[in-house]
Amino acid sequence: MARYETIDRLFWFAASLGFAAALLLIWEGAVHAGLVRPLFFPAPSRIWAALVHGVVDGSMLSDTVVTVSRTLGGWLAASLVGAALGALIGLSRRANAYLGSTLEALRPLPPASLVPIFVAVFGYSEQMVMAIIAFGALWPCLLSTVSGFRAVEPRLYEVARVLGMGRPSVLFRIALPSALPEIFAGMRVGLTVSLILVVVGEMLGSRPGLGLSILLAQRSFQSPDLFAGIAVLGLIGFLTATLLNAVESRLLFWR
Amino acid sequence: MALAAASGRRAPPRGAVVPLATIALLEVAAFLFLGREDYTFAAPHDIVLALGRALADGSLPAATAQTLSCVLAGLAVGFALGVMAGVALGLTPLLDRLTMVSVELLRPVPPAALIPLMLLIAGFGFQMETTIVAFTTLWPTLVLSRAAIRAVEPGLIEVARALEMGTLRRALAIVVPSALLRLFVAFRLTAGIALTVAVVVEVVANPRGLGYGMIVAAQTLHPETALAYLVWIGLLGWGLNALLSRIEARFLDRFR
Repeated sequence: MARYETIDRLFWFAASLGFAAALLLIWEGAVHAGLVRPLFFPAPSRIWAALVHGVVDGSMLSDTVVTVSRTLGGWLAASLVGAALGALIGLSRRANAYLGSTLEALRPLPPASLVPIFVAVFGYSEQMVMAIIAFGALWPCLLSTVSGFRAVEPRLYEVARVLGMGRPSVLFRIALPSALPEIFAGMRVGLTVSLILVVVGEMLGSRPGLGLSILLAQRSFQSPDLFAGIAVLGLIGFLTATLLNAVESRLLFWR
Repeated sequence: MALAAASGRRAPPRGAVVPLATIALLEVAAFLFLGREDYTFAAPHDIVLALGRALADGSLPAATAQTLSCVLAGLAVGFALGVMAGVALGLTPLLDRLTMVSVELLRPVPPAALIPLMLLIAGFGFQMETTIVAFTTLWPTLVLSRAAIRAVEPGLIEVARALEMGTLRRALAIVVPSALLRLFVAFRLTAGIALTVAVVVEVVANPRGLGYGMIVAAQTLHPETALAYLVWIGLLGWGLNALLSRIEARFLDRFR
């Protein structure tokens, strides 16, 4: 039964891969037939050539490494701080009463609207880019951690009291495990936000990376390079989200 | 900050302590440490005055209209396409399986990466911003509405099948009405995303709307105006969310 399911899944994965390839072929054909302007939508074969060229001469690789490390660094730091602060607020009834409505009111604030403020404070620098990413990714994690800790089943705390558990073991054995799914949900949103903000930061701050290189490709009308950069950014988003899902299902094995 | 104070009025008084204290503290800090010629920060009362000025001289309402028109147009297109695709994929498992790789590869493309592409194709203006908003809202709508369709009571679908309804009629008469509430939640979530993305596009490239007004104010050394724009964008996001939540709650009452 299990083997049958695996084969079934592999078959459909291959089929949907074939579907995607067919779409690319249609696109390729449409360019060669003159139906779409190659300046706007260059043929997939030329985008692939640009991608290979960028990887061979090293520019695409170094841009990717820089952008990925900025994204992951800012996101991880923000997630740690967000989860820690969220735990402090979510665990304390008093902090909840004082901060809860403020945090809820700040929730719909678009993180990107703070970019001009960060530019004014840090100038067009590396710190500006990192501050934008870290701050933008902090909120989703903080807010969902607070609601995760708030939603812990109160009876579990009663059990802990009966068992005479100390504060640290209540935190790590009861509160944290039951808040973890919400923390992960916040981290997933934070990852999306940081990938957007890293591109924004690189474009605004002219810091080397994929964001800047696609902006430069646009300015010199190198649309194959532009599409290659967008494809790599999409791939980064896909791979990081997949990785996060894998870590989550490993950590939350009991669900 | 003013945003938090505005919502604090209806919340229990303890919730208002922190925002009010923060504003008071910032005011004192500005009085003590801010020089006459500070180009980064501004005192809260200056921000409020700048907000009043920008509202009175018409620049803020004009920028708001530009941003909101892109948000609404992009959201309308993206949400409509997303719901159509989501319903189609939710109802036909074959299509869903076939498009899996394509959807999963297009969905995570960060919207900011589309800014150069849309600059190339459409240049500055309404069209490029609206297209990016539409592209960004399309994917979460697709995923959420596909999930909403899948959560429809299977018994209902069996009834439709027993009544020998066609796919289109089944979608319109049975599936969409029973998924309506979830679709509305999806709309509220994507509306927030749409506002964020519109502001991103304006901050990075598009010379119109609130994001651009903010960056111009910051670069022409008017921090109080830039921060007033920030407060206004926050109020706008909060108001949009509050409005849609209220409609959602009323909706929920009627359907229960």
